[in-house]
Amino acid sequence: MKVCIPTPLRSYTANEKWVEADGATLAELLVDLDSHYPGLRFRVVDEQGRLRQHMKIFVNQESVRDLSTSIADVDEVTIMQALSGG
Amino acid sequence: MTVLYVGTRKGLWTLRSDDREQWDVDGPEFLGHIFSHVVPDRRDPRIVLAGVGTGHLGPTVFRSDDSGATWTEASKPPAFAAGDRLQRSVKRVFWLTPGHASEPGVWFAGGTPQALFRTDDNGDTWSPVDGWNNHPQWETWCEWPEEQTPDGSMLHSVNIDPRDKNHMYLGLSGGGVFESTDGGADWHPLNKGCAMDFAPDVEADYGHDPHTMRLHPLTPDRLYQQNHCGIYRMDRPDGRWTRIGDNMPRDIGDIGFPVELHPRDPDTVWVFPMDGTDVWPRTSPDGRPAVYITRDAGESWARLDKGMPERAWFTVKRQAMTTDDADPVGVYFGTTSGEVWASNDEGDTWRPIAQHLPEIFSVEFA
Repeated sequence: MKVCIPTPLRSYTANEKWVEADGATLAELLVDLDSHYPGLRFRVVDEQGRLRQHMKIFVNQESVRDLSTSIADVDEVTIMQALSGG
Repeated sequence: MTVLYVGTRKGLWTLRSDDREQWDVDGPEFLGHIFSHVVPDRRDPRIVLAGVGTGHLGPTVFRSDDSGATWTEASKPPAFAAGDRLQRSVKRVFWLTPGHASEPGVWFAGGTPQALFRTDDNGDTWSPVDGWNNHPQWETWCEWPEEQTPDGSMLHSVNIDPRDKNHMYLGLSGGGVFESTDGGADWHPLNKGCAMDFAPDVEADYGHDPHTMRLHPLTPDRLYQQNHCGIYRMDRPDGRWTRIGDNMPRDIGDIGFPVELHPRDPDTVWVFPMDGTDVWPRTSPDGRPAVYITRDAGESWARLDKGMPERAWFTVKRQAMTTDDADPVGVYFGTTSGEVWASNDEGDTWRPIAQHLPEIFSVEFA
């Protein structure tokens, strides 16, 4: 499926906004992404498998924080950052 | 060449000088990334490590093996084990210290929360130091899960005894100073004699707030500490801190963050006093910036402010002061308002060598 990468993570994807990755769940998708773009997953998910506080993932326009969510029938996933800092 | 690595809230700057008079200011690199600590390896100055984060992404380490010309990210950044007993995660890589001279490639990192990590390959892959992170007293010493500072509790001031790689010290904000004599497998508090004005038990073993603790490499039994509650010295094997800040002028006090050492004289120390009255403005007392120096191990102190502005309202953070190894020693500090100040004469006169940078978190000499 297609995954939209936010600008802060594009240093990992050679500046590509859209990349391809696979997985039955969001957690699997992030593991697959990390296999192609090493280091990306840990910037998004902490070592206990939790989506980091200021990161968001949208599945078919819906914000999802449970990484065990099935994405078997999904065409598009968007990773975004929430506003924070200054 | 004298090189200063300046870590800021918005990226990395590097200052270089052949004569300590004219400085080239390079930067920013990694604009927008938060550099908590940028540390060159005195064992091999080509190696430089940086604790890095952003407002959004997870914390990591950047590493250079060509004196900062190019950087790569750690392939395995500091992190607790998956399934950690307390479900802890690293929020910030706050502090970096090169390991013992006999162990090239070894570094230690302190994090938020108060965790310790080790690398054996110059920062590429990191592992938790279980003897500290899983110590039976860890939750007690760290008051887990309370956050002791506004940006989260942190581990800092990792010091390795040059005579013995297994003899280590570290500092917690909050928690206090701790010592290990077995390479980090076990630890004990080292806080007797240190004030804790924010708690009722004046003789508590732990819970203190060291801002910076340093061991003098030429006299490893000599420790200095700038604490939330004063300036201290300890001469081992004594296990009690002596408040040498009591010898500071009363109207200045002995509150601050950094404490810096003379590379050749264990009796000479520089501090940057701050206003710790009322609600703790953490600016210079009365807004009149000055470094203070002792040349007799804290028995007496002298004010050094020639060249500094008459009034200014900046803060100097704990990693944002350093010394070089020239003769006379150069002393440098970076401010929260983005200035780097330098002295070529051990603090007698000062001038700014970089201005209009972002908030400065660390200044380290290579």
